[in-house]
Amino acid sequence: MKNNLHKLTLKKALAQIQSGETTAKKIYADCFSQIEAGNKDLNVFLSTNSPTSMKQFENPETTLQNCPIAVKDNICIENEVTTAASTVLEDYKPAYSATLIDNLKLHGGAVIGKTNLDAWAHGSSTETSQFGRTLNPRNPKYLPGGSSGGSAAAVAADMCTAAIGTETAGSIRQPASWCGVVGLKPTYGRVSRYGVIAMASSTDSPGPITKTVEDAAIMLACLAGHDSKDGTTTNQAVPDYVSLLQKSISGLKIGIMYQDIPGLKIANPYVLAAAKVLESLGAKVELVNALDPKYAVSVYTIVQRAEVSSNLARFDGIRFGNDRSYFGDEARRRILLGTHTLRKGYAEKYYQVAQKTRTLFIEDFSRLFSSYDVLISPTSPSFAEPIGASEDSVMFGELADMLLEPSSIAGLPGISVPCFHDEKTNLYLGLNIMAPAWREDLVLQVAHAYEINTDWNSWRKDNND
Amino acid sequence: MKDLIKLANLPISDEQAKSLESAFSETLEVFKNLTDLDISQTEPTNQVTGQENVLREDKIDEDRMLTQSQALQSAKHTHEGFFVVPRLIDEK
Repeated sequence: MKNNLHKLTLKKALAQIQSGETTAKKIYADCFSQIEAGNKDLNVFLSTNSPTSMKQFENPETTLQNCPIAVKDNICIENEVTTAASTVLEDYKPAYSATLIDNLKLHGGAVIGKTNLDAWAHGSSTETSQFGRTLNPRNPKYLPGGSSGGSAAAVAADMCTAAIGTETAGSIRQPASWCGVVGLKPTYGRVSRYGVIAMASSTDSPGPITKTVEDAAIMLACLAGHDSKDGTTTNQAVPDYVSLLQKSISGLKIGIMYQDIPGLKIANPYVLAAAKVLESLGAKVELVNALDPKYAVSVYTIVQRAEVSSNLARFDGIRFGNDRSYFGDEARRRILLGTHTLRKGYAEKYYQVAQKTRTLFIEDFSRLFSSYDVLISPTSPSFAEPIGASEDSVMFGELADMLLEPSSIAGLPGISVPCFHDEKTNLYLGLNIMAPAWREDLVLQVAHAYEINTDWNSWRKDNND
Repeated sequence: MKDLIKLANLPISDEQAKSLESAFSETLEVFKNLTDLDISQTEPTNQVTGQENVLREDKIDEDRMLTQSQALQSAKHTHEGFFVVPRLIDEK
């Protein structure tokens, strides 16, 4: 019998398991029933682990106590099919697991399944998946966003207790915004990339997608830390994110970005409304001027395509996967463009210029963070787009992620929390909160304060939080 | 475009190449805005962590080694414990 345990937040699930009120096995079974009921229509999961296949319920003395976690299918799990949503890898079973999977299992996460994404994580719609698009569980006429659209949809549809995505520039925060959930993109280097199918190596950042900010803090603590297999991770200590959430935001200086950017008429008023809430909690908020994100779109597109063309060169069908004729159109476009911007005679015109402009964004953020503790902006210019929207424009993804690309190319942490719910369409808007590198504690703290002082989070009522 | 397709090692027909070409020009058009900004005194950013010379000891780490059968497990074509690769020379 179903006990509605799929609706539990991670925090509540852990508390109920601890008190003996329920068991991880029952929570897993309820989430799995949700998958069985909804996956055929929504296409959220590419593969699942049924409750009977789970042997992991015998390890309760861990942080995650065997709660069901959904994992984006570009993250390798030893001997489990890992496709990156491309037919190139339709039957690929990696010989090793990603470090973050080892960490997740060490902390007692039970992988309930692998979620859909834009093929190779190229996109912001989950429409470029070669295994069919995912629909937004909040309103199936709309897209979930992407590329971690499956992970965000799995959380929104209560098909897991929490999920893991990856972000290169928007791929965690934008689908979180479109699906009305919380998405945390850590600082580049905070969570190991080892075993994540490489997309743009200089910005790839795995992170949690969850029901609440506190759940994101619990998950990040399980995933973060140094990994000798990823030279971009560092030795610095991982703070106790959960206890730091309780710190007051009174006195924090918060800068509001992008109020002067055209095309943000829908989202910007809700950011101002959110700023008012933060102000009422004692923060000092001010409008700030920042480098126009349209330049970040160019920088990111050049850098990302270049790194894609290099990273996807390894898929030659010799050691694993099918041959290069299996690439879809989006991957082909990106490989070709990247090859072009790196080739002799063009690298100076494109790649070098992009890398220098990237420095301007880093300098601009340094300037802003010398006066402000955190910065806020809309996550996405608008609500989720309708099905099919990504097919009309080659720059669809970059425009959907325009407001996230500056902080991503600078390697900074950011979180998206719901900041508006349209009752007519059942769709959400997200508030993007950014902080200096390694200060995930700050983005979590501000996001938590905002979340518990507003009614936009759809789980708080059910969970009596 | 033909050279580029060869360089990228993509098996694409002429017809497919044509349809990719328009998307290609559309994207290159977007990059033109980068000429607005002065980067004459700016150094390029190749990585954002600020870390330098991350090295490991020159010692074999057996934890990270795959056995021969693990290394071969996902290959479509193997022969007596080796990967089968396409012929590269003397194809006429």
